[in-house]
Parts: sequence; structure tokens; C-alpha cells
Amino acid sequence: MAGRVPIAVTVNGVRKEAEVEPRLLLVDFIRENLGLTGTHVGCDTSNCSACAVLIDGKVVKACTVLAVQADGRELLTVEGLSRGDKLHPVQEAFLAKHGLQCGFCTPGMLMSAYALLKGNRHPTEEDIRKGISGNICRCTGYAQIVESVQQAARSKQW
Amino acid sequence: MLASRGEGARVIAGGQSLVPLLKLRLASPSLLVDINRIPGLNRIEEAGEFLRIGAMTRMAEVGTSTLIREDYPAIHDASEVIGDPLVRNLGTVGGNVSHGDPNNDMPAVMLALRAEFVASGPSGERKIRAQDFFQDTFTVALSHDEILTEIRVPRRPPRSGGCYLKLEQKVGDFATAGAAVQVTLAKGGRCEEIGVGLTAVGPTVIKARKAEDWMRGKTEFDRAAVQELARLATEESNPSTDIRGTSDYKRRIIALLVSRAFGKACERAGGAS
Repeated sequence: MAGRVPIAVTVNGVRKEAEVEPRLLLVDFIRENLGLTGTHVGCDTSNCSACAVLIDGKVVKACTVLAVQADGRELLTVEGLSRGDKLHPVQEAFLAKHGLQCGFCTPGMLMSAYALLKGNRHPTEEDIRKGISGNICRCTGYAQIVESVQQAARSKQW
Repeated sequence: MLASRGEGARVIAGGQSLVPLLKLRLASPSLLVDINRIPGLNRIEEAGEFLRIGAMTRMAEVGTSTLIREDYPAIHDASEVIGDPLVRNLGTVGGNVSHGDPNNDMPAVMLALRAEFVASGPSGERKIRAQDFFQDTFTVALSHDEILTEIRVPRRPPRSGGCYLKLEQKVGDFATAGAAVQVTLAKGGRCEEIGVGLTAVGPTVIKARKAEDWMRGKTEFDRAAVQELARLATEESNPSTDIRGTSDYKRRIIALLVSRAFGKACERAGGAS
């Protein structure tokens, strides 16, 4: 086993330095080392995307990236969406449109929705369904999730 | 680094196949060599006789390339059905082919398009034809000290078209079966050239040579001809029964996908479908 590797990652705008085992997954780094437990481990088999985070603006599965691969990159986790106590428009829309039931998939859904809307502020319903097609909601609350993303797209608060 | 560690070292690119394997302990390399920061491996351009795709080009970048969507539609089709949007943000074209998984989608497309792969190692560069590249399940013609750097697809001749079709149970799943067809039509509609690649119906991706040979030179693409093309491709497939279906079911699916992909490829080539 190789020794620990120093990494420096900007997480939600704050630079974090750590020494990690090369085999450590990014999601475990985020949850265990940084204590940011909003990012969930759902399946841990690259299927569900509850662990979705943004690396340099692209939404990825944090359970399928090694922490060392994030060295020098910018991360955005669900904790980075809100500004203090003020929720992000995507979060507001999920609240208003009941885009969550048990809430387990929600952090990942928010990050996929955020990434989609960053690239396309006028998505069709099909664009939205494609955009969240990698995120699984085991409560099957997709109809309201799609409505939430549509509402977020209409928000002027971005 | 790869040369010094021998067979225990593995290259990691997008990691979307390899990291899941590491977690399952199906792969336990002594060293991972991350090629993400090597410059120059990420590009899509036409140069000389080829469309050149850098091995580290992400699937999402392939999917948004206008050049690929318009002139190499079979590659575009595959780029939209591989994994899911999050996987495609990291997964690379080079990784999808060099992993050697018969269930991956891009290998069938590259066979149909007669692509060649550029491998780079301590003794320099060499080119490997797609038909020689896929040797066995998880085994490709790269030696342990080589990396794939580029995929070269012959530039699209006029009146060419391609299509990749995949049946999947749900987004992100591997194919139950998949078929890639690339055609070039001559004036008057003769089938000048054809390539057929099959996904997930054998221990490795399959080039349906008999089907290609039979269709090449044909001028009539009536229902019977397309059925014969599909029948020959099905004969060359060797699917196994698993959770995605029985071998008999998969043969029927392959026949359907080959005939539909052929029709779409001809349509895109500007000929009668």
C-alpha cells in the first residue's frame, strides 16, 4: 500500500488540504474528512447518483472518482448551493413543488438539476428528464422532481 | 511508470469502468497511473484522411460535437446511450474501447467505421486496426506498457451514413444487445461499403463479416435483402442467457437492431431506407 498523498481541493469556495490514501473515494473524503454529509452514499455501485457533486462545473458521481483525482480541482457539494440561510432557487423550487419524499436522493437530484440549468436555462421537459436520467429516486417521485426543475428554470433569483 | 511496474499497473482514465471494478476487487492493480493530466489527449478534429479523437475525450464532449453529430452519426448515437449523463462527463472514448468489455457500446461503432487505434509506448507509436484490437473479454491488443492515445476514423466519404442502436433495460445499464451499421452508397444506390458491429452478444465485440460481405455490392435493399443481412449478422452472434434475456431472445433483438440500424444508416447516407 502506497503512503498518503497530499491533495488540495477547493470545496464550495474554500481551499482544503489533506493527506489521503490513494484508494480513498472522493465521496468518503467529502463525508468523512470534510464532514460534509449532505452528499449521500446511496448504492456505492455507480448506479444511483445520490453522491453527485460538481468537479470544475461538471456533475459526476463522487463514489466513482478517487479523492486524489480531485487534486487541484474545484468541487461544489449540496452545501455550497445556498448562500448562508438563503436557499438556492433550485432548492426553493424543490421545496415549493414537493420535489422530495424521503429525501435521500435529493442532494444528487439538486446537483444534477443545478448542472443542467447552468448549461441550459430554458430546458424542455425532455431535456430535464434526460438531465436527471442518471439519478434514481426510489420513492419514484419523478413527476414532482421534473416540475421542481421546471420551476427552478423559471426563477429570477439566480 | 507502466513499463517499470510490469503487469501490476493499470491506466486510469475516466475511471467509470475501472473504479467499480476496484470496489468489487475484480481488479487489484499494484499501481494506478492517472493519465487525466497528460495534455493533448483531448480533442476532436478532422486532419488528413481521418477524424481524430483523442483517447481522453469525454463522452459528453463527443455528444456535443457538431462535427460528430453531422458526419459520424453512429459515434454520436453511441455517445448518448453510454452510461448516464454523470458517467459521460468523466467516461472517455479511449477508456470505453480499451477496457475490452464486450458490453461497451463504442467498440461496435469503431468496428463498423473501420477505425484504427494509436498506441504509444516506450518503443514509440503503432497503429492497430479495430478488427485486430478486440481480442477477448477484457483483453485488447495493447501491451502493459502502452496507452491508447488516439482513435482514427476514416474520413466520411460522400453518401455515407451510420447508426448505432442499443436495447437497454434502463438508463445506465449495459446493452441487452446493440448494433452499429455504417454504409457508403454509390450513385444509383449500390451498397459500396458496409460495416456491422455487434455489442453484448459474445465474449468480445463482433464484426459481422459474413453479413458485410453479403450486402457489399448489392443494389436492392428490399425487405428480403435486409432480413438476410440481419439473419447473417445474427448467425455470427453468440449471445449467452443472463439477467438481460435468453440467448434466443437476444438473437431476435440483434436481427431487429441490425435491420433498423441499416435502414437508418441508409437514410442518413441520403439513400432509400
